[in-house]
Amino acid sequence: MTATPLLSVRDLHIHFGGIRAADGIDLDVFEGETLAIIGPNGAGKTTFINLCTGYLKPTSGSVRFQGRPIVGMAPRRITRGGIARSFQIPQLFLEHTALENLMLAASSRDRVLWPWLRLDTLPQRDEMRELLDLFGLLSVADKPIREMPEGVRKLIDIAVALALKPRLLLMDEPTSGVSSAEKVGIMDTLAHALAARRVTAVFVEHDMEIVERYARRIAVWSAGRILALGPPSQVMRDPEVLRNVTGV
Amino acid sequence: MEPRVLVPLVLLAAVAAVPLALPASTLLLTLALAKGLAVLGIVVLLRAGQVSFGHALYFAAGAYVVAFLARAQQGGSAVLLVFAGVMAALLVGLVVGLFVVRYRYIFFGMLNLAFSMVLYSILEKFFFITGGSDGLRVPRPTILGIAMDRFVYENTLFYVTLVLAVLAAWLVHRYFRSPLGEALRALKSNETRLEYVGLSARGVLLVAYVISAGLAGLGGVLLALVQGHVTPELSYWVRSGEFVFIAILGGAASVAGPFVGAIVYELVRAYASAFAADVWQMILGGFLLVIILFASRGLVGLYDDLGKRVAPNRAVTGRRRPT
Repeated sequence: MTATPLLSVRDLHIHFGGIRAADGIDLDVFEGETLAIIGPNGAGKTTFINLCTGYLKPTSGSVRFQGRPIVGMAPRRITRGGIARSFQIPQLFLEHTALENLMLAASSRDRVLWPWLRLDTLPQRDEMRELLDLFGLLSVADKPIREMPEGVRKLIDIAVALALKPRLLLMDEPTSGVSSAEKVGIMDTLAHALAARRVTAVFVEHDMEIVERYARRIAVWSAGRILALGPPSQVMRDPEVLRNVTGV
Repeated sequence: MEPRVLVPLVLLAAVAAVPLALPASTLLLTLALAKGLAVLGIVVLLRAGQVSFGHALYFAAGAYVVAFLARAQQGGSAVLLVFAGVMAALLVGLVVGLFVVRYRYIFFGMLNLAFSMVLYSILEKFFFITGGSDGLRVPRPTILGIAMDRFVYENTLFYVTLVLAVLAAWLVHRYFRSPLGEALRALKSNETRLEYVGLSARGVLLVAYVISAGLAGLGGVLLALVQGHVTPELSYWVRSGEFVFIAILGGAASVAGPFVGAIVYELVRAYASAFAADVWQMILGGFLLVIILFASRGLVGLYDDLGKRVAPNRAVTGRRRPT
């Protein structure tokens, strides 16, 4: 962990009518760490990801990535700058195959968009097939997304984000829609992929077992504020967290 | 040779033989191919799920630039006229496109229609420049420096149009399979993800829009050259609707659809108006209804389906992916 944060959020606010989805968020995410965001529904966890990726513009406050302010930047510019994301409901190109989804991400990443090139024969093809193989999805590489179940789409959504070779990956409930038996296997694969690519990760999660196992730090959200922040051993014993979030 | 290659080649050869076998149909076919180019522009936008009801704007822009320049030079060079007409359509497409790509679906379609009707009004009202509803006569230009009589000129233009149509179809086919072309198809299913892979949805659509404007402009240029006369009707909304009609008729899934659709449309229209002058629009409407009900992917889609029945393991025009 280095002293300079990769992502630095200060006094972040956003209100939807009377609802404060972000009410003075201060958070630093450091290079190489895996941070989990937990909290009850409606606490503002997804809003935080949306604010950091340009989907929403905060009412006030700052978000800096690698020291540069990114508030007000278009999502595509933030993505090109090194922040990728996956979604709670997978956002994919339904008429394209799994491999084509990844190839589009790779062609955008490397800016190989010229009309005389062919997407299906770009040199990035082998790399994208390897990425699909990492998630055990090579068998569905040439299948259109619209024919795939939600759980598989979820993994491809994360694979598309990883195909962008981000410095920071924000994942919104990466294991929702995946069966309990498969969760650990998927997270093991994901942790391995993140470590191999030196990707810093922030993920929103409801499964406490997953959180404790894979997160280096936990941020507990409640009503648009951070209730607690620290390593799992500390946060999961916090009486206020136990009362408000984990329900113990 | 595989049927997917052989059948289009045979059809292309049959079209190329028309000036020799059926000289009276040469003009009709040239006009059909010119319209097919404009329809190809519509098909480019349909790839992104957007329908333009105003592409007659670019058709007319190309045609009128040819008319103005040809009149100024008492004919001039056809090559330069084609170049100037297409460049004008591309430029207008870029300017209008910067505005309309911010909108989608019905708003996109109607804004295009509005722009084309603005041009229609200008062409109608500024009669001292545009000739008003009478339009402008286009003096016959030279082709590669050669002045031709009408028969040779029309036959030459037919083959020029055929070559340009094949070239345009091939280039658009390549574009569709390129990263930018696939991004255009992706725009139809998920704009949010497109932004989150680092691509601008508006930028992707703008490139497609300018290409489609250029294609429509090329169609208008060729129509002006072959018809020798342009009128404001070229930019009227009915003309734009006709392009969309032909796109559905021919099928939007392949680059051959616009040309197949345009040729069938012109033939049905010519024969229906000759043999049933009072009800030819009804016949065309009925024809389109049959296509929508029984072959929703258009004539080329129908051919593809028939191919699959004959050879179930292989689509006739379907794309094959490398493994």
